[in-house]
Amino acid sequence: MPGPPAGLGPLLAAPTIIAHGSDELKRKYVRAVLTGEHAWCQLFSEPGAGSDLASLATRAERDGEDFVIDGQKVWTSAAQVADYGLLLARTDADVPKHRGITCFALRMDQPGVEVRPLRQMTGDAMFSEVFLTGARVPATDIIGEPDGGWVVALTTLAYERTGLGARAGAGFAVTAPGGSGFRAQREVPAAEYVAAVRRRGPGRAGYGAGGMAMLGSGAAPLIQLAIDLGREQDALVRQQLVRLHTLSLLNTWNGQRGRAAVKAGGRPGAEASIGKLMASQIARLWRDTAAEICGPLGMLAGPIGPLDGAVAMQALAAPAPAIYGGSDQIQRNVIGERVLGLPKEPDVSRDVPFRELKTGTQRQEARPL
Amino acid sequence: MTTFAFTDEQQDLRAMVRRFLAEKSPVSEVRRLMATESGYDPAVWAQLGQLGLAGLTVPEKYGGAGCGPVEQLIVCEEMGAALLCAPYLASAVLATWALLASGDAAAQTDLLPGIASGETIATLAVPEDDGSWSPDEFRVTARRSGDRYLLDGRKSFVLDGMIADLILVAASSDHGPALFAVDADAPGLSRQPMQTLDMTRKQAVLTFSGTPGRLVGQSGAAAEIVAQAIRGGVLALAAEQVGGAQRCLDMAVAYAKVRHQFGRAIGSFQAIKHMCADMLLEVESARSAAYHAAWAAADGAADLPLVASLAKAYCSEAYFHVAASNIQVHGGIGFTWEHDAHLYYRRAKSAEVMLGTPAAHREVVAGLLLKDAAT
Repeated sequence: MPGPPAGLGPLLAAPTIIAHGSDELKRKYVRAVLTGEHAWCQLFSEPGAGSDLASLATRAERDGEDFVIDGQKVWTSAAQVADYGLLLARTDADVPKHRGITCFALRMDQPGVEVRPLRQMTGDAMFSEVFLTGARVPATDIIGEPDGGWVVALTTLAYERTGLGARAGAGFAVTAPGGSGFRAQREVPAAEYVAAVRRRGPGRAGYGAGGMAMLGSGAAPLIQLAIDLGREQDALVRQQLVRLHTLSLLNTWNGQRGRAAVKAGGRPGAEASIGKLMASQIARLWRDTAAEICGPLGMLAGPIGPLDGAVAMQALAAPAPAIYGGSDQIQRNVIGERVLGLPKEPDVSRDVPFRELKTGTQRQEARPL
Repeated sequence: MTTFAFTDEQQDLRAMVRRFLAEKSPVSEVRRLMATESGYDPAVWAQLGQLGLAGLTVPEKYGGAGCGPVEQLIVCEEMGAALLCAPYLASAVLATWALLASGDAAAQTDLLPGIASGETIATLAVPEDDGSWSPDEFRVTARRSGDRYLLDGRKSFVLDGMIADLILVAASSDHGPALFAVDADAPGLSRQPMQTLDMTRKQAVLTFSGTPGRLVGQSGAAAEIVAQAIRGGVLALAAEQVGGAQRCLDMAVAYAKVRHQFGRAIGSFQAIKHMCADMLLEVESARSAAYHAAWAAADGAADLPLVASLAKAYCSEAYFHVAASNIQVHGGIGFTWEHDAHLYYRRAKSAEVMLGTPAAHREVVAGLLLKDAAT
């Protein structure tokens, strides 16, 4: 049933299909993302292919009009509710790893797709493992060129970087107590969602891709907490609160400056590349500032914890932004190489045919393709 | 409304200043001038006056260019990148903002045209022995004598105090703190240079004994006048810090591409690459902070006190961290006198604590944030 846009369709699938999909694919998928008819997930990471995504080993083999998919994906947000997965799979193992990958729109509701929720350190199960065993996807659902999936993936990853970074400015989301599943997210009536967006601004409606509810933005909830706990005159608390407020504003302003550059007819400058890195820094600083304010109360979780448990939840969630969507270390590689023009780290596997690599799952299982 | 978009005229201004500094203030000149006691080149200063830069923010009716905080941002960013040795911060920023804030039309008419043309080098003398720009009271005193005042006491950390023709002195008077204009050749004034960490920006101790001065603005109004001048100075320093930090990043990246160890450019190692990425994050964020503050000043935004202090705190720490990282990327060569990295390191450390430390500015922001939260 149509509802508010859910999953990773608006952030990742729609922009990727707009950039690389045929007109037919655009007609078939983009509108359905916007109306909420289709929820999407991203089938990129694998147990053996994380930061080195191009070493992915999930296979796609041609069978008549279809491709047959076998492999395993992991860290898949929203897989439980997704109608489609933006899938990367290997279609040619005889060329180096970046060249034999194809991007597909995979129907999730089929026998060959099994979703097993993974429990995170927060206790929530916001992402899953996805086992693909003889799953089928028609060749007409290839996004971009066959064997040209790496270029498509780079587009997706770029939208992921900038999108995740932008979200953490003044509109930094705080996970609500008890978490909130994607199921609940999809069941929100569209009218309520639109009203929430209007009230709080885009991306802060409380039903974002992470299913996170907003307690407030930036340092605001912690400023109020400091006042409530009588900690607002503490010199160290005041310094920390201002540091947090500063980074939140700077992330917003970096984004505004990037958009101003584009509007003025230029290209986004270096400021557009740092949002993701800034976002993970803000998450850690939020956690540490809250700890400074709360003192021993920071040991408490759930309804008896500060901010009804949100301080504990945020403390547990803080490592995530530095990992998902390209770790901090990968972000620094991207900035160093693509923005500053520093030479790439030598990659001994770069020019070797994928079949000959002992990489990722091939290293563990040495299974023939 | 902050736009972050420069007009064509503003971009032309930047290009003009950049060209001028490339020609007139190469690092060889910086090194020559920093070794002198005066610390500036009178010929270059005169040209800055002719180009309209010495009077950039002076209203046109007083012979200035009539520009605002965004133009000041552009000029100071470029000057900070070049480490220009000139009394710009003292004369064109601090003294000018103080005179504009004084509301004293007679003093403005008499004093601003000389500043705008560059013929008069002015400075603002506020700190005393402890270096604070916001002391509880001034120990320098002014007592009335006919239609003038006579000043006694000592000012320290006076920017370009050795070369200033006109010194605006904050002093205690019978009617509270007030600002006084003192001529450099007035009787009873003596000056001594201070040895400074940042050799590209000179400071001095000025001693007054029965030195005549002219009241500028209302008696008792010095605190507000000085606060506004500091704000102008904070905006200028933040801009300088962005320019300097960008130059340090550029130096580090350029070196990381050409320096080879272990058979490859050191910039290909993540240890160096990631350091450079972090430097970029700080440079770009500092730029957003300084730009936002400049536009807030231009717009007369109500939150200017907050964003100006926020910018000074962030830009100060960002510049220093980037300047220090630049030395680290260079290794041994970066620690030598001959390499320029230490010139930026010195400027960064000095500018960090000038006009209020980062922690002091964060405390200003905290006070404003918590006041907002309470209402």
